[in-house]
Amino acid sequence: MPTVDLGETSLREFNQALHQLREGTNETDWLVLNPKGHHAVAVGVDAPIRVEIKGSVGYYCGGMNKLATIVVDGSAGPGVAENMMSGAVVVKGDASQYAGATGRGGLLVIEGNASSRCGISMKGIDIVVRGSIGHMSAFMAQSGNLVVLGDAGDALGDSIYEARLFVRGEVKSLGADCIEKEMRPEHHEWLRQRLDDAGINGVATTEFRRYGSARKLYNFNIDNADAY
Amino acid sequence: MCGIVGLFLKDKALEPKLGAMLSDMLAMMGDRGPDSAGFAIYGGAEDGLAKITVQSASPGEDFPNLPEALSKALRAPVEIRLKDTHAVLTVPEEKLAEARAEIGRINPRLRVMGVGESIEIYKEVGYPTDVSNRFGLKDMTGTHGIGHTRMATESAVTTLGAHPFSTGPDECLVHNGSLSNHNNLRRELIHDGMRFETENDTEVAAAYLSWRMSQGLDLGQALDKSLSDLDGFYTFVVGTKDGFGVLRDPIACKPAVLAETDQYVAFGSEYRALTKLPGIEGARVWEPEPATVYFWEH
Repeated sequence: MPTVDLGETSLREFNQALHQLREGTNETDWLVLNPKGHHAVAVGVDAPIRVEIKGSVGYYCGGMNKLATIVVDGSAGPGVAENMMSGAVVVKGDASQYAGATGRGGLLVIEGNASSRCGISMKGIDIVVRGSIGHMSAFMAQSGNLVVLGDAGDALGDSIYEARLFVRGEVKSLGADCIEKEMRPEHHEWLRQRLDDAGINGVATTEFRRYGSARKLYNFNIDNADAY
Repeated sequence: MCGIVGLFLKDKALEPKLGAMLSDMLAMMGDRGPDSAGFAIYGGAEDGLAKITVQSASPGEDFPNLPEALSKALRAPVEIRLKDTHAVLTVPEEKLAEARAEIGRINPRLRVMGVGESIEIYKEVGYPTDVSNRFGLKDMTGTHGIGHTRMATESAVTTLGAHPFSTGPDECLVHNGSLSNHNNLRRELIHDGMRFETENDTEVAAAYLSWRMSQGLDLGQALDKSLSDLDGFYTFVVGTKDGFGVLRDPIACKPAVLAETDQYVAFGSEYRALTKLPGIEGARVWEPEPATVYFWEH
């Protein structure tokens, strides 16, 4: 198992080593020590490997990830898993603002809390937060799913498109054009599967409420023509 | 961008290391604010005495005769400690207001950075590690301190545009962000008798807090009021004689991390700034909530 000590190896060297890996590589398990809040740790990986980071990271950890599973055994700074394409990013602690922003695929699991703008402009990623999320989360969220076991802050799902939001706790307020929707059998089924994927047991899907777009803001409405 | 660090010690045993710890924190935030840097250190208060930190662009010419001239004008003993372009004058507490006025009369080129029983404010243009080396931050001692690294957006890169800004005796403010209504607010504050030295937005925030406190509000109440009167982005860290506070605007785009152990409360724009602190692995680390005033006091 390759072990990289970021106190000794430069971040650029480490990220370049990850970028050179391709499908079929034998170096599938990486251990990263002493991240000490560095930015851009394990960004742009494009191989089915596992990277475990022992400690807290700064901005953009796991950004643009494809295929890899990246585990942060600590907390993550702003923009963790930003624009993830596939694979998984797991944060054992808390995540700062805009976690999973613009993500196109894959699974982001945050075992602590996520702060403001979690899942902003998400485009297909699934995000599961075991704790609570801050204000303006899922702003302009286009597709994908945001699952929150705790509470959501102000203006959840403001100007949302077709992403689905599942919240187990309180929602402080809903943003423009975001409404509560019925939990149908297919939602329970999907949620059960995703909770299992995220390693979350003992939580019933009936405890969640679903929120999504009222579709009044992003569809052109002839009655609003005067506003333009 | 800008970077902020703050360290409030609970454990007296760490007081001799305050400067060393703060200088490590400031160095980690160098790339967030390479234009200039500054810091406020609280400590060394002595009964009956007050400190005045002054700055000069020509310290070699301006400082040698200053203590004697000031002592003569005040008819009281004055001591001076030199730190590069700054000097800390110690005067009898009851002579503080008079001393401030006399300094301006003796030499109008001198700038008063801050006054109070325990505060000392140092700031200069240059890369943050160079600035902290010039002033010898590493060897300073004290109870708490605040540092700032500046990437200028709203006004020129000058010594006076660097942070911290003094908001009153033993009080100071540092800021990460930009205020959008500072010109209007400055006009209103000038109308109410406040004086300004720069075009800087943070100076307006500092003057605003001083103005509110002159109306009888305490710092916490003044910060609360600022939530409705200041428009723009800000993470503020404020220092007082005994305390240290944090406030983020309601949108909270500007990053902030707090850490607390039995020994200290620490603030950093990023977690990186805190990584060299003792016991950080076991600290409670969290992001301060938007529009919420946090305050710690001795």
